[in-house]
Amino acid sequence: MLEYVIRRSGLALVILLLAVTLLFAMIHMMPGDPASILLGPKASPELKAALNQRMGLDQPLLVQLARFYADLAQGDLGTDVFSNRPVLEMVLEQLPYTIVLVLAAIGGASLVGIPLGCYSAIRHNSLLDRLVGVMSVAFIAIPSFVIALYLLLLLSVKWRWFPAMGAGDSGDIVDQARHLVLPALALGLGWVGYIARLVRTSMLEVMEENHIRTARAFGLSERTIIVHYALRIAVLPTVTILGLGIGTMLSGALFAEIVFSRPGIGKLLHEGVLTRNYPVVMGSVLMTTAFFVLCTLISDVINAMLDPRVRDGESS
Amino acid sequence: MSAPVLNISNLSVNYSTDRGTLHALRDVDLHIQAGRIVGIVGESGCGKSTLISTIIRLLSANACVEEGEVLFQGEDLLALDAKAMRKLRGNELAMVFQDPMTSLNPVLSIGRQMLDIQYRDDGSKAEKKSRSLHMLERVGIPDAATQLDRYPHHLSGGMRQRVAIAMALMTEPSLLIADEPTTALDATLEIQIIQRLRQLQRDVGCAVLFISHHLGVISELCDEVVVMYAGEVVESGGTRQVFDAPKHPYTRGLLECDPASIQASDNILPVIPGQLPDLTDPPPGCIFQPRCDRSVAQCSSQRPRLDGQGHRAACFVATS
Ligand SMILES: Nc1ncnc2c1ncn2[C@@H]1O[C@H](COP(=O)(O)OP(=O)(O)O)[C@@H](O)[C@H]1O
Ligand SMILES: [Mg+2]
Repeated sequence: MLEYVIRRSGLALVILLLAVTLLFAMIHMMPGDPASILLGPKASPELKAALNQRMGLDQPLLVQLARFYADLAQGDLGTDVFSNRPVLEMVLEQLPYTIVLVLAAIGGASLVGIPLGCYSAIRHNSLLDRLVGVMSVAFIAIPSFVIALYLLLLLSVKWRWFPAMGAGDSGDIVDQARHLVLPALALGLGWVGYIARLVRTSMLEVMEENHIRTARAFGLSERTIIVHYALRIAVLPTVTILGLGIGTMLSGALFAEIVFSRPGIGKLLHEGVLTRNYPVVMGSVLMTTAFFVLCTLISDVINAMLDPRVRDGESS
Repeated sequence: MSAPVLNISNLSVNYSTDRGTLHALRDVDLHIQAGRIVGIVGESGCGKSTLISTIIRLLSANACVEEGEVLFQGEDLLALDAKAMRKLRGNELAMVFQDPMTSLNPVLSIGRQMLDIQYRDDGSKAEKKSRSLHMLERVGIPDAATQLDRYPHHLSGGMRQRVAIAMALMTEPSLLIADEPTTALDATLEIQIIQRLRQLQRDVGCAVLFISHHLGVISELCDEVVVMYAGEVVESGGTRQVFDAPKHPYTRGLLECDPASIQASDNILPVIPGQLPDLTDPPPGCIFQPRCDRSVAQCSSQRPRLDGQGHRAACFVATS
C-alpha cells in the first residue's frame, strides 16, 4: 500500500510540474505583452519597460522559466500588483472556502447518490429507479449556475430558509454551515443523479458476476452481499470519476462563488481577471491546479484501498 | 441401502428467450444416496448447469420450473421460502463453481471470505481463522497461513479452486455439488485436485454431485454416472456398468469414438456427427433421434422413458 502511495505521489508531482510548465507557456503565448495587458493600451512605453523590468519580463524565456520554478519551489507566487501583498498569502486565505465548498458538494452528492444508485440497481425498474433516471438526465442537462439562481430565488429570497450572501461569520460554525448549504446544493445537485446512474450501472454489472453467485451459494445475507461484496467493487469507477469531476466542480465553484458572493478562489480569480491583476490570476490558477492534482491522487489512493488489484499495479 | 440425500423427479425447467420457450430440462430424474459420488456427463449446453442451479435455487430470472420435485433430505427445495433455502446453502448443501478465476471475490482476502461464510458459528474470530487454516491445509495449499492474507489474484487457478473446495467443505455438508470444477485447469492439476477431492469426500462422508464433460475424470471419481443429452437424462447407472456396457446410442457414441482416449487425461468429450436439437422446438419423439444411426419408426413419434432401476437407458432400441 505504502509503495503504491509513494509511486502514485511521484506521478502526481510530475503531472503538477507539467501543468505548471504548461501554464507558464500559455501565459507567454497570450497575444500582447503582459505589460500592456496589465497597464492598459494607453500606457507609455517607459512605464511598460519599467514594469517589464520589475517583473523580469525582459529576460530570455528560459531564464524566466527557471526563475518561475525557483520561486515556486520557495512558495513564492509573486505579489499583488495593487496591494503588494504576497499572492500565496491571498490564495491560502481564499482556498479553504473553495475546498470546503467543493468537498461539501461532492460529499453530499455521494452520500445521496451512492445509496440511491445502489437501491436503483437492486430494485431496477421500480418506480424510484425510473424517477432517479429521469431526474438525473434533467439535472445533468441544466447548468449549475441556473440551478444556483433558482435556489437563490426560492430558498433564500422567497422562503428565507438560508442566507444567500457570503460565507458566514468566521468562528461561528453553524452560521458558516448555513451559508454553505445553498452554494453546495447548487454545485452538487447535478451530481446526485449522475453518481446514482454510475453506481447503478456498475452495480447491475457486478451483481451478475460469478463471485456474487458464489456468495449467494454460501448463504450469505443479501445485505452482506450488497454492501461488502458488490458495492465495494461497484463504487470503484465512481471514485475515479469523482476525482476527475473535482475539476469540473472547481469551475462550477467559480460561478457559485460569484452568484452567492462567497469568498473563495473563484471570486479571487474573477476579481483578478477584471482588474488584470496578473500575479493573482496566475497564483489562483496554480493553486487550483495543485488542488485538482491532489484530488485525483486521493481518489486513486481510495481506489487502491478498496481494490487490492490496483495496489498491486494490476488492472482490474 | 442408505437413505437418498437428493431425489429429483420429473424436473422440467424452461427459459423464456426472444426465440420462444427454451426447454432446458425435461423430465429429469436423479437420485443420490448418502456418501455416494454421482457424475453427470454431457456436452456443453445439455443443461448440466441449469440442473444444479435449480437444486441450489439460483436460476436466472428468465428461468421457470415447469414441474417436478427436488427432495433434499426429504424436503422439497422448490417449495422452500428464501430464508429456509438460505439456511441450507453453504451449510448442508455446498457448491464449487466452474471458473476459479471469477468465482472468488476479487477485493476481499481469502481469509476474509472464509471467515464470512462461517457466520453461522458462534466461535471467536481466532477459532474461525484456525478452522480456515486447517481447511486450507487439508486441500493441499502450501503455506496456508500466508495465503489467508492474500487475494484471489495472487493465486493460480489451481490454488483458487482448492480454496473454493476448502470453503465448500468447511461446514461438512451432506451434499457437495461441483460444476465442472476442473475444466479450466490443466490435466496434471486436474488429477491432483480430483484425488484430493476423493479423499476429502471420504473424510467428510458427504455425497457429491460432480459435473464434468471429461469422461476420464468421471470414470476415475464417480460411483454412478448420469448421461445427459439436450436437457434429458438418457442413461444412468453404476459407472463401471455404463462405461463397460453402454446402452444408449448416445453413450455408445461418446465411448466408442475412441475408447483409448477415455483414460487420456486431456480428453474432452468426443464429437458425434450432427448437432444438438433446437431446444425451443425439440423433436416430438426421442430427443436423440435426429442424430441416431439406429433409430426405428417408433423413435420419431414416441418419447422413450427412463424406466426401471439400476442401469437403465431411455431408448427403444437400447442394447442390454
Ligand atoms: N439464462 C438463460 N437464458 C436462456 N437460455 C439459457 C440460459 N442459461 C442457459 N440457457 C440455455 O439452456 C441450455 C442449457 O444450458 P446449461 O445448463 O448452461 O448447459 P451446460 O451447463 O450443460 O453447458 C443451453 O441451450 C443454454 O443456451
Ligand atoms: Mg455449464
